[in-house]
Amino acid sequence: MDLSQYVGVWVFIEVNDGVIAPVSLELLGEGRKLADKRNVPLAGLMIGNQVTHLSQSLFHYGADSVYVYDDPIFKYYRTESYMKAVIACAEEHKPEIILYGATATGKDLASAVATDLETGLTADTTVLDVDAESGLLLASRPAFGGNIMATILCKKHRPQMATVRPKVMRACEPDTAKSGELIQKSIDVKEEDLRTKVLEIVRETKKVARIDEADIIVAGGKGLGSKDGFAMIHELAKVLGGAVGASRDAVEANWIDHHHQVGQTGVTVTPKIYFAIAISGAIQHLVGMQNSGLIIAINKDPDAAIFQSCHYGIVGDAFEIVPMLIEAFDKALHKEVQYG
Amino acid sequence: MLHIVACIKQVPDTKVIKLNPKTNTMDRTSAPAILNPYDAHAVEEAVRLKNKYGGIVSVLTMGPPPAVKAIRKCIEIGADEGYMISDRAFAGADTLATSYALTKALEKIQKDTPIDLIICGKMTIDGDTGQVGPGIARRLDMPPLTNVNKVVEVNKEEQFAIIHRKLEDGHEVIQTALPCLFSVEKEINEVPFSPLPHMIKAARYKPTIWAVSDLEDVDKTQLGLKGSPTIVSKVWPPEKPKGGEILDGSPQEKVEQILSMVLEKKELFQQHKEGV
Repeated sequence: MDLSQYVGVWVFIEVNDGVIAPVSLELLGEGRKLADKRNVPLAGLMIGNQVTHLSQSLFHYGADSVYVYDDPIFKYYRTESYMKAVIACAEEHKPEIILYGATATGKDLASAVATDLETGLTADTTVLDVDAESGLLLASRPAFGGNIMATILCKKHRPQMATVRPKVMRACEPDTAKSGELIQKSIDVKEEDLRTKVLEIVRETKKVARIDEADIIVAGGKGLGSKDGFAMIHELAKVLGGAVGASRDAVEANWIDHHHQVGQTGVTVTPKIYFAIAISGAIQHLVGMQNSGLIIAINKDPDAAIFQSCHYGIVGDAFEIVPMLIEAFDKALHKEVQYG
Repeated sequence: MLHIVACIKQVPDTKVIKLNPKTNTMDRTSAPAILNPYDAHAVEEAVRLKNKYGGIVSVLTMGPPPAVKAIRKCIEIGADEGYMISDRAFAGADTLATSYALTKALEKIQKDTPIDLIICGKMTIDGDTGQVGPGIARRLDMPPLTNVNKVVEVNKEEQFAIIHRKLEDGHEVIQTALPCLFSVEKEINEVPFSPLPHMIKAARYKPTIWAVSDLEDVDKTQLGLKGSPTIVSKVWPPEKPKGGEILDGSPQEKVEQILSMVLEKKELFQQHKEGV
């Protein structure tokens, strides 16, 4: 394989219901840095139905060019159809790097593409760098349940591919003056050749704030002792208008559904405020919340690891402190509403 | 009659594993080897489908000889047959080389009894990638269905299945042709305690074990470390944060400090006001 033929950094642009996934913009921000360090172009690769108009926004977020497959056959994400487009485009234009969001779609797509292209794929990357000279991608990720960080290289195969966790990289400030090259692509994929069909998409109603989008998260852990004990986490979250998070232990004890799990095997979150209540702070939890704006920890064990990873800590019994917080916030926020 | 194969792995329990601070490597002796928790749900789902539609459940693993224990665990859950590929040539495989080796074993299993459905766990807790399942599906030219959290129907006669695929904010209902591959979420089922007859069968069970030489049409350059495009160049412990400020005072004073630092971020509470 002649590695020098492969030039440029690509970001797979995920579009859901006509909206660009935030992680794709984050990856354009990170991809821009890698491309600049290498002095190569940055491109978006977008697949969907009636998505071409979204290209403008990709230029604003840093893409020099955008490859677009815009066809009704791509209305829904399906591994087989999307994979064909990515593979055809990559074989024709030979990028050195392709980044995907580590979402249900991005992980599924990247795994299939990597197998067919027989190239390396690093999963759930949280740190990216590139060697300016050789173009070698340094993709680092938590391994062994977050116990260590590992840097993965793909020396002899191209493109080098990685899925990247949402909410870890930063999108750049959009520059609305910036434009770029739109490259319309097409590929012959027939409905009858596809073996899967999306019958329905069910979006769960947002009765509660989505944890990966919430500005405030109140998370509880093993120290709450029981499902009843966990109830006050819901209550505090409700008073603050926030979402409920949980440690792996709390989820495994069935106190709460695992959609709420924060950490290596759960969701990565970056709220403005994160309450870690009766959570010891195992590394596997920390990797999922350590980039939060303000981390407040409450734990009765003064030696709990969480106190090393918070901004402010209260050493005390959650069963005493949390009800006081609920009352205090309820009073304060309720009062503001009356005067407002 | 369905033939379902669950692909499974024995892993160190990463919840208790320790890091050797001198070498920065995982001290595997510090953690018990267990059946990857996601794979237990894969086997359980295979067994449930077998009980519903009739058929057999085989499990397949790649690993060193002690991984037989993980197969026995699957027999306890209700699997009928166990296969293991074990050879030094497989060592050091990344996800691409792993899916290649497992595919060669699946092709051999397939020769006796065609496979209708392959089920994998969502990911392993030591590798944390979830890439092997889709890789196997691609190599066997089956549709990969990842993040499956419900199997609605498997219809062998008409060669289709209907499943739910979990998304960040809901799920898709997908119809797929058979044969195909599912990788399943934990929430798909609960693994109950095993009935005694399964335990007795498991205790005595000896799986079929194959070395590379037992498999057919193997390109040895695609195996193990040699067949792996990715390598781990270095490992290091995650950065230790410097630690936060521990608040002083009575519980009431501590609560007041929290209250004022949170309320300072007024913009977060705008909606509350507007909502009234």
